[in-house]
Amino acid sequence: MNIYWQAFKTFFKIGMFTLGGGYAMIPIIQAEVVDKHEWVDKKEFLDLIAIAQSCPGVFAINISIFIGYKLRKTAGAIYCALGTALPSFLIILTIAMFFHQFQDNPVVAAMFRGIRPAVVALIAVPTVKLAITAKLNRYTCWIPLVGALLIWLMGVSPIYIIFAAGIGGYLYGKLARQTK
Amino acid sequence: MIYFYLFITFFKIGLFGFGGGYGMLSLIQHETVERWHWLNSAEFTDIVAISQMTPGPIGINSATYAGYQAVANAGYSMPMAVLGSATATFALVLPSLILMILISKMFLKYMKTRSVQSVFEGLRPAVVGLLAAATLLLCTKENFSAPSDNTWQFWISVLLFVATFIGTLIFKINPIKMIVMSAFAGLLLLY
Repeated sequence: MNIYWQAFKTFFKIGMFTLGGGYAMIPIIQAEVVDKHEWVDKKEFLDLIAIAQSCPGVFAINISIFIGYKLRKTAGAIYCALGTALPSFLIILTIAMFFHQFQDNPVVAAMFRGIRPAVVALIAVPTVKLAITAKLNRYTCWIPLVGALLIWLMGVSPIYIIFAAGIGGYLYGKLARQTK
Repeated sequence: MIYFYLFITFFKIGLFGFGGGYGMLSLIQHETVERWHWLNSAEFTDIVAISQMTPGPIGINSATYAGYQAVANAGYSMPMAVLGSATATFALVLPSLILMILISKMFLKYMKTRSVQSVFEGLRPAVVGLLAAATLLLCTKENFSAPSDNTWQFWISVLLFVATFIGTLIFKINPIKMIVMSAFAGLLLLY
């Protein structure tokens, strides 16, 4: 079978059948890409995951681009990215086109009044989880605090916070190495 | 013109969206709700809910939906809105495509150097702040109602927030299950 088609199909399947977003996809991507098709070996896959996680953008898309590029350079990368994004795109588009017909329905409206506060909690949970894995201490805990307050109260764009944090991290790393 | 702004906005979100889907949400929220007023706060929350419940990456799901809704809210027809969602999704993926190919081509060996790692180390605590801001910005009247508007709905909302928070964080209940249960609670208590 044509490798482009096979890569597209594999990532389409991954995009189609994984609920819960990025991190829930890792074991499924690994099963397909490492175990079944052997496009990359396990060690390389773990390295790529580490890089894809630290880079900006959608995690599953980043991984698929890495694998696609490894298979067939830029064309392979495009096929894999397309495969990952297409199922989401088509499903959401279908919902978006028809949802507005239902959203004024009193039953649907009542359901969404219940869903909305729950969704806010679902964003609060990864905040706490991430705060734990980031191993904040008394020297670093002010970074998320000040960042959140600037965005929330002052309307500062999150992009500036990211810039400042990246530059801060770089300078701090440099300084820490020099003083050692 | 809206397509041009959609493209620029979602390209920016793709380029600076560190910290996975949820980290990206604070950027999408800031740009589409606060800055451009393409969506209101409740619409954004609904988009996040639907993105959670459907398969695929949350970043792609919400960009597709936000692109559609932004154009539809501006008063254009359905095919125009479809073009809006295609623009937003394409613009979101494009920076990844460029960056990942560049990294594969030449920077793979630099990714583990100390300088690059210290940049990422600086970003990690900041992403926590981004997520916290997204949570705080979503605590609005549209999502929770207000004690002065509708006391009953406000306290039921607070209850559902607390229940979902504890349910997913401590009891590890599947988020989709929590959304379905909250929808049921909404139907029973907030009809």
